[in-house]
Amino acid sequence: MSSLIPQFVVDLWDAIPMLFQHLIIITAQILGVTIVVILTVAFTTYFERKVIGYMQGRLGPNRVGPLGLGQPFADVIKLVIKEVVIPQRSNRFLFLIAPMLSLIPALAAWAVIPLSGSFVIADINAGLLYVLALTSVGVYGVILGGWATNSKYAFLGAMRSGAQIVAYEIAMGFALVGVLMAGGSLNLGVIMQAQAGGFSSWFIIPLLPLFFVYFISGVAETNRAPFDVTEGESEIVAGFHVEYSGVAFALFFLAEYANMILVSALTAIFFLGGVASPMEGWTFLGDGSFLREPNFFWLAAKISFFLFVFFWLRATFPRFRYDQIMRLGWKIFIPVTIVWIAVEAVMAWMKVGPWSV
Amino acid sequence: MQQLRNYIKTFAMWELWQGLAVTFRNFFRPAVTILYPEEKTPQSVRFRGLHALRRYPNGEERCIACKLCEAVCPALAITIESDVSDDGTRRTTRYDIDLFKCIYCGFCEEACPVDAIVETRLHEYHMEAAGENIMTKDKLLSIGDKFDAMISADKAADAEYR
Repeated sequence: MSSLIPQFVVDLWDAIPMLFQHLIIITAQILGVTIVVILTVAFTTYFERKVIGYMQGRLGPNRVGPLGLGQPFADVIKLVIKEVVIPQRSNRFLFLIAPMLSLIPALAAWAVIPLSGSFVIADINAGLLYVLALTSVGVYGVILGGWATNSKYAFLGAMRSGAQIVAYEIAMGFALVGVLMAGGSLNLGVIMQAQAGGFSSWFIIPLLPLFFVYFISGVAETNRAPFDVTEGESEIVAGFHVEYSGVAFALFFLAEYANMILVSALTAIFFLGGVASPMEGWTFLGDGSFLREPNFFWLAAKISFFLFVFFWLRATFPRFRYDQIMRLGWKIFIPVTIVWIAVEAVMAWMKVGPWSV
Repeated sequence: MQQLRNYIKTFAMWELWQGLAVTFRNFFRPAVTILYPEEKTPQSVRFRGLHALRRYPNGEERCIACKLCEAVCPALAITIESDVSDDGTRRTTRYDIDLFKCIYCGFCEEACPVDAIVETRLHEYHMEAAGENIMTKDKLLSIGDKFDAMISADKAADAEYR
């Protein structure tokens, strides 16, 4: 490896002080992850339109490039060259800062996601709390955007989004308490390692109700169908982003999809063992088979599966009525999670089941 | 008992799974999309598209300026002026169809005693400048000349039903 790099590059690298070396490496890692996430977002939009198209007996995008794969880039170019219209009586500063406030937490949360067995940008012990905190901060973008627009539709959308996210945050937090008890740590890497050892040790089996609660709350948190009353185009046009256009709208769009991918990744890590392989004990695949090793491929496969479920839900269900959303969040999910945490606690105390806490 | 069963069904999300199964089945069904410019749906010989004025095989215009089409046109899209031609027959000097007014009902074609005005199968046309929506006599005749084979075949195929 080192022989591939010219000597003067190595000398130059060694001449840089240690502190800056770290800085450069971390910046490169952040840039790499961010670019990959943004590219994934681009192709997620394509994936979504294809999946929903096929479910509705259509073909989805197929005009730009082979199989329509150029469609995301065409969309991006269109959005970038459009004018950002700022409503006259809006709060100009907040109007422009809101899209960034929703995008930055969605990207920043990726810092603690373990992308392979060993690679993670920031291996912090309170990773789970960090993720919870950042996904909650994301709602500020939506609320501020809706308020700063100075439009009734946008304001209604923002208020709905705020109430909905508060309601589901609690169920989500309780579901994560279950994961935490089972994993014994707040560090996502440790939670992942606690599930090593094949399909039977994944948390989805002992924590099945929490898995459903977490994933559905995740759908509600990202304001995706069938919980997209925030946008509710039949009632309030487009909700909080009615007046956004061009790049500002693109940022909201990016944030929504980045959040979807984030929720998919978190669900995979918390309940499906993240990078763990479901074929771990399958000796007939051969010793060196990458299918048996825990690696990024499996995490990507799980994320793709959950993204597919996102689109599948969107293609299947009509939008929830607002009071039904609130009922589901407060009266069903929270009791279910509390009951299951109690069950889990009793089982852990009695040393029954998969917990050796 | 029924209540308990319903309760369990609700928690197992039974009906939601059923709905998901429907969309999942449809996911594997072939798309019904027709890729329009490359593929086209079949067209009837009675299709009512762009208009044309026809000629007799010897090159003589069919239209005798009887103005029946002008009279029957419900959208008042046809304007006709007539005069005596050089050989002493009654001919149109002006035959305009405003395509913006036309509703493509086909009454002009039915009213015509000499099958002069017809609606062809052409439907992929457009206008680029103001005024191009007026189909003048020259334009209508040239369409008739250009697509004579298609028009004759369509009329012959439909003749026994008229």
